[in-house]
Amino acid sequence: MIETQQLTKVFQDKKRGEIRAVNGVSFRCQPGQIYGLLGANGAGKTTTLRMLATILEPTDGTARVAGYDVVEESQKVRANVGFLSTATALYGRLTAQEMVEYFGRLHGLDEVTLGRRVVEIFQRLEMNEFRDRRCDKLSTGMKQKVSIARTLVHDPPVMIFDEPTLGLDVMTARTIVGFIRECRQNGKTVIFSTHVMSEAEKLCDTIGIIHNGRILAEGTLAELRQRYGEQDLEEIFVRVVTN
Amino acid sequence: MSLRNIGIVYRKELTDSLRDRRTLVSMIVIPLLVFPVMMLGFSYLAVKLVGQAKKEVPQIMVLGGEDSPKVMARLRNLDTIEIVPPAPDYVDQISNKKIRAAVEIPKGFDAALERNEKTTIKIYMYEGEIKSSFAADRVEKFFSELREKTARDRLEARKLPVSLLKPFDIEQKNVAPPEKVGGSMFGGLIGYMVILLCMTGAMYPAIDLTAGEKERGTMETILCSPVQRTHLVLGKFLMVLTASLASAMLSVISMGVSFLGVSKLGSLESGGRSPFQMSINPKAVLAVFGMVLPMAVLFAAALMTIALFAKSYKEAQSYLTPMTFLVVIPAVASLLPGVELNAKLALVPVLNTSLVSKEILTGTYHWNYIALIFLSSCAYAAAAMFIAVKMFQREDVLFRA
Repeated sequence: MIETQQLTKVFQDKKRGEIRAVNGVSFRCQPGQIYGLLGANGAGKTTTLRMLATILEPTDGTARVAGYDVVEESQKVRANVGFLSTATALYGRLTAQEMVEYFGRLHGLDEVTLGRRVVEIFQRLEMNEFRDRRCDKLSTGMKQKVSIARTLVHDPPVMIFDEPTLGLDVMTARTIVGFIRECRQNGKTVIFSTHVMSEAEKLCDTIGIIHNGRILAEGTLAELRQRYGEQDLEEIFVRVVTN
Repeated sequence: MSLRNIGIVYRKELTDSLRDRRTLVSMIVIPLLVFPVMMLGFSYLAVKLVGQAKKEVPQIMVLGGEDSPKVMARLRNLDTIEIVPPAPDYVDQISNKKIRAAVEIPKGFDAALERNEKTTIKIYMYEGEIKSSFAADRVEKFFSELREKTARDRLEARKLPVSLLKPFDIEQKNVAPPEKVGGSMFGGLIGYMVILLCMTGAMYPAIDLTAGEKERGTMETILCSPVQRTHLVLGKFLMVLTASLASAMLSVISMGVSFLGVSKLGSLESGGRSPFQMSINPKAVLAVFGMVLPMAVLFAAALMTIALFAKSYKEAQSYLTPMTFLVVIPAVASLLPGVELNAKLALVPVLNTSLVSKEILTGTYHWNYIALIFLSSCAYAAAAMFIAVKMFQREDVLFRA
């Protein structure tokens, strides 16, 4: 479960002064559901998700992830979260297996449990063929699989995806979308950000439209269609952010 | 404090770094090769050049001497020089290395010698040019011998003892043990090189593990793992320290081997006896490492802190390159004659360690200074570590846009 209340992040910039990247964002995401943050570049999606993953600390407001406060219990939050974004790259000089094992150990798994998890994940994601290959020698698709394995190694109840398909080819993007669906099926709480309307339409149980750091509209796809009298999500999005 | 997590991060960084060609070059290859190449190469070249210069029969121009056939005949008889006819442009010829030197024999030199009059021989040479110096030495030696012979002849003619010429002899004798001699000759250099390589060995990994991670996009990956940032920075720091100490240690080993090589080369050239008094106490070298340890900690932490500010590898390099001067200048200052350890200098980072290393290698242990330097270096190192940990907790540093 993810729950945020008036979550705010202010950055200080020497030239531009105070920048309110996220401004009083509140939402709730239940286990077995996918919450989609839909917004243009610079809307505040990444900052929101980074705060949920405890990489950034909120300036104001609160957020609880898997029952833990992101400020007070940040380490417990990270232990219960799998965070995947295009900015979370792999260590190029480690092999696929070493990469996954490294994060498993950092998550406190003992060697027996880790060994079992690695076997399971590598089999499920069909990664055995390249397990001993260095990450910098892998194709984009293989790299994405290693990243997925890295987020899954500790079997977290909450998954956070920050524009996970950005810049990926169709086949690799499909793998990611499939993986996000699988997470929902397994009862995980999933939040993901995107600016691709079709992805949001396909995946999200609840969509929050974020603009200039604020959530301007929220609801299921059906609710949004009804509220704005439009079928196309892109049209709904444009109406929300231009009003 | 989770030692387990620090260990996990350290092991990963070590594996990662040992697979990186650039780290291997800066940590292992350069420290191992720099001395043999520098010392053996230069020594070999110097020995060869000096040998060649010695073998050459230099062309010497004799100016004047037409009225002094005796000295001219003796000069012409010398097989160590070749006499060339006089020319008015002798200065240019020496400067352009056409001839090696010129000797001016004053008018009536032979006659002046017979009349017991004082006269002056002038030798013109190219100062700093090795072949010209050797040529001038040969001419000077010839005239010195002639002067001595003339003086002896004059004494004998007056039936006076030759000892009048040299009322007493002077003898210089070294009483310092070989370790002290070796220490004062090379102690400063060893301390300087250890300090410098501690710094250069740490530089590449410090960049790679901070700005390099930002550039490659792995910083965010590691920050979303549950490892505490303090543990993360300590694991990384240990790796940078390992690289720093490894390159310093390898450089000392390679320096030792190079010195031995140079000694051997020198003894071969000088016919059995080495011109180098090469005896450095290994215990003193270990003590120097003990003193260098807190400074290596200071370097590792400071370099990491500065490199963390940078967004890219290139930017980090531009920040850290001036740091090299900050280390080189005090280290070089310690090599200057007259710069001795005192209470004030014992508090100046780098300079203090460099000076104390020099003293330790000559077998001098000023325990009060050693304690002061060790403690002050530890304090600086602790401050640098504290700042490094704090920097890893600053969002504006980790995610500098």
